[in-house]
Amino acid sequence: MSTTQPYEQPGTSARAQTIVNDFSITVGTVNGSGSQTSNLTILRALFKMGIPVSGKNVFPSNIQGMPTWYTIRVSKAGFLARRDDQEIVVAMNPASFVHDLASVKPGGVFFYADDIRLPITRQDIVIYPMPVKQVVKATDVPTNLRDYIANMVYVGVLARMLDIQLDQIRQALDFHFKGKPKPVDLNFGVVRSAYDWAEANLNKTDPYCVEPMEATEGYIMADGNTAAALGAIYGGVQLAAWYPITPATSLAEALIEYLPTLRKDPEDPDKNTCAVIQAEDELAAIGMTIGAGWAGLRSMTSTSGPGLSLMTEYAGLAYFAEVPVVIWDVQRVGPSTGLPTRTSQGDLTFVNFIGHGDTQQIILLPGSVHECFEFGWKAFDIAERMQAPVFVLSDLDFGMNQWMTRPFKYPDVPMDRGKVLWEGDLDRLNGEWGRYKDVDGDAIPYRTVLGNRHPRSAYFARGTGHDDYARYSEDNQDWHDLLERLKKKYETARKYVPEPVIEAQEGANIGVIAFGSTEPALQEACFLLAEQGIKIDFLRVRAIPFSSQVGDFIRQHERCYVVEMNRDGQLHQLLSLEYLQVATRLKSIAYTDGLPMTARFVSDAILAMEEK
Amino acid sequence: MTDQISGARTQVNLVGLSKTDYRGNPSTLCQGCGHNSIASQIITACYELDIIPENIVKFSGIGCSSKSPFYFLNRSFGFNGLHGRMPSLATGAMFADHTVRGIGVSGDGDSASIGMGQFKHVLRRNMRLVYIVENNGVYGLTKGQFSATAEEGLILKGQGNNPYMPVDIAWEALVGNATFVARSFAGDPKQVKELIKAALSHNGIAVLDIISPCVTFNNQDDTAHSYAWGKEHEVALHELSFVPPADEIMVEYAEGEATEVTMHDGSKVIFKKLEREYDPCDRSAAMRLLEEANAKQWLLTGLIYINPDQPSLMDIYNLTETPLNRLPEDRLRPSKESITKVNAMMF
Repeated sequence: MSTTQPYEQPGTSARAQTIVNDFSITVGTVNGSGSQTSNLTILRALFKMGIPVSGKNVFPSNIQGMPTWYTIRVSKAGFLARRDDQEIVVAMNPASFVHDLASVKPGGVFFYADDIRLPITRQDIVIYPMPVKQVVKATDVPTNLRDYIANMVYVGVLARMLDIQLDQIRQALDFHFKGKPKPVDLNFGVVRSAYDWAEANLNKTDPYCVEPMEATEGYIMADGNTAAALGAIYGGVQLAAWYPITPATSLAEALIEYLPTLRKDPEDPDKNTCAVIQAEDELAAIGMTIGAGWAGLRSMTSTSGPGLSLMTEYAGLAYFAEVPVVIWDVQRVGPSTGLPTRTSQGDLTFVNFIGHGDTQQIILLPGSVHECFEFGWKAFDIAERMQAPVFVLSDLDFGMNQWMTRPFKYPDVPMDRGKVLWEGDLDRLNGEWGRYKDVDGDAIPYRTVLGNRHPRSAYFARGTGHDDYARYSEDNQDWHDLLERLKKKYETARKYVPEPVIEAQEGANIGVIAFGSTEPALQEACFLLAEQGIKIDFLRVRAIPFSSQVGDFIRQHERCYVVEMNRDGQLHQLLSLEYLQVATRLKSIAYTDGLPMTARFVSDAILAMEEK
Repeated sequence: MTDQISGARTQVNLVGLSKTDYRGNPSTLCQGCGHNSIASQIITACYELDIIPENIVKFSGIGCSSKSPFYFLNRSFGFNGLHGRMPSLATGAMFADHTVRGIGVSGDGDSASIGMGQFKHVLRRNMRLVYIVENNGVYGLTKGQFSATAEEGLILKGQGNNPYMPVDIAWEALVGNATFVARSFAGDPKQVKELIKAALSHNGIAVLDIISPCVTFNNQDDTAHSYAWGKEHEVALHELSFVPPADEIMVEYAEGEATEVTMHDGSKVIFKKLEREYDPCDRSAAMRLLEEANAKQWLLTGLIYINPDQPSLMDIYNLTETPLNRLPEDRLRPSKESITKVNAMMF
């Protein structure tokens, strides 16, 4: 192989101006080739070096053979949103080679597997070939694993060329393979060989490198689906019914992984306190969840858009029959099958009204991975308090990507099991109670659950019209009163749902409103706008119904930009309906293409509208 | 114990309850509907078995059949869910308290059409539930359309001639690995009652396909779901009686005249031989017999198949002795110390 560069190196003279801890790396590989292990290893090693880092997997809906990309952003400033610019690109896949080469930012760096024999026409970037096959062949790797392990070559080459510490790479591998020495040694062996090869053969002429920092102290790395599952476990989940669907699958799988260690019965460690059931479809998953919620269990299901469509009828029944359940929607791109492996915030209005007739649902909107944990347990408290379904809207970006996040915090309040009457309560009431009677004036009635042996405990739940005592009723007044009470109950929910988070700047008279996984893009956009002299207050909505602070925020600002990852500006629609009198102050910035939002997009959009 | 009703001394069972305690609301189904007869056999079975009504939970989907849980056991919890989605609702709820027994009432529309998927899947999970299909071959609440169990060639007013082959509930149950498959006839209340009793003791899914004539829309004498047809064509496999665990078997049977199956809870089902030798534990014999019955146009009734030993869904999950829905917070929320370990398990 040749180590002399075939092209003039634009970086050569600029070597003195190094760019440290502030760039993006994109790796183009073949899906199913084991590249996820390599990418996570780089991500985790950088994190262990104390450098703020984020990783986004852009992958196809396919098992093996299609192009897939992974983008890592290192940011000394701590900005974790996706960027459009790619300073460093690694090309391992002939099928995406041309695209990958074109995607390098001018002045950037291109690493490629040298068995890909395609013309390299760009003169404005630094180019490094990697002898992937030779390095693997020279390492003691079993033949059947060679294709999988080949991706470790770019880990080693990048480590050498960017100064990623080898001991941190080893730690990352150790974590990935759960300490099993054989795969750790095997993979690290390839990393080491590639590193040594690069050291001996490549002359660094580009300006990019990393340096250890101490900016990840007090953070962990986790994905939102694991966080949600762990949150649910700390929330005392007792039944989870689910059906496989990308990108929600790993949420239920995380429950299955962690329940055995965390939720054996403390009084009898052989016994379980939670059942996870893989249902035959989402129709059954939600049915089981509602049966369990009705019967007094903390029950949940996790799905994505298409599954939610199937759950619609039961979701309406749960609203109407007042059954507490938690439904996680890890959003992907719709409508229809859409882009199953790309991220979106497109289910907001659907979930808000899910169910026919007059239906209003409670929605929680986590804006970080640790908030996925927090809302994981909190959702049960709210559902049981409100006797209503609680939907938690996450998305693929949170659910399936590793995020640097604050550690999970133990619940700071005891469980709220809501208004449940047991035998002793009914004795005190002489058995006088009405399932749907508003006794306390908050529109939340009392309920009994299955297994209560008091002779007056039972009632017949149904999706048909009923009176205060759960008796079948087609009476017009009963119907009207019931729907009005449900509306009032929705008002009560405003007090129980998480309040928005507001980040105000002195003297700002415009605001921006967003929710969910766009949080890092919004944080960075506010910073970019400040650099342009635009001060903007940021409100992150964390629940629907909206708390009073949301309305106050809109009224306090001349204009509020509502930023979201969907086509129709769904949050903008809901805010406009709710705050009709000030709706003209709301300006929609809605965009969806399947990729996580960038800060540049947000700041450019706001700048353009401010300049009008 | 006695109970005073209208000044008369009422008979009570061993748990001190009168039959009134097992009643439901007055039925709003048609006079003579087979479903009413089944509801009253559920009442009698539970009364005779001394079951406390709070120890039963009722489920149903949508349709005439699914209204019927409102007409029995008012003191039991109940949930009238969605069309075809009773099995999932019941599955979730039954996890809350393993000491409560479930009765699900469905119909041929609810189970053989919209709910076929859930029907088949609740079978393979062997969830402990008495699953009654009140089978009349017709959609009643929407006024007389063919159901999936209607026989080919059936003519219904305004619907013409049914061109499709029927779904056989008992056959589907058997093929679907149900562990208790029975067929009966609302016009044979004694058999219905004994089957319900046996089903309540079964530690798994118990499917009762009960031909329950619709007197308004599908009761012509020459059609397969009518009273007249049932009376004419019923072929009972055996005369069965249920003996609860504590009871002694009072009737002596001569050698070879009867067989018995011991249920999971120690109760017994006694099968008195009628026309034929039949072993209800032989699944392939059951399949052959159902084929024969269909070919010969018999309304074959009785306990067609039983396997009392298959673990139920609840056995598989190994849950706490204390009903799940009575577990306090300290048995549901991991300790405060554990959160540090969890965070360390991340990266």
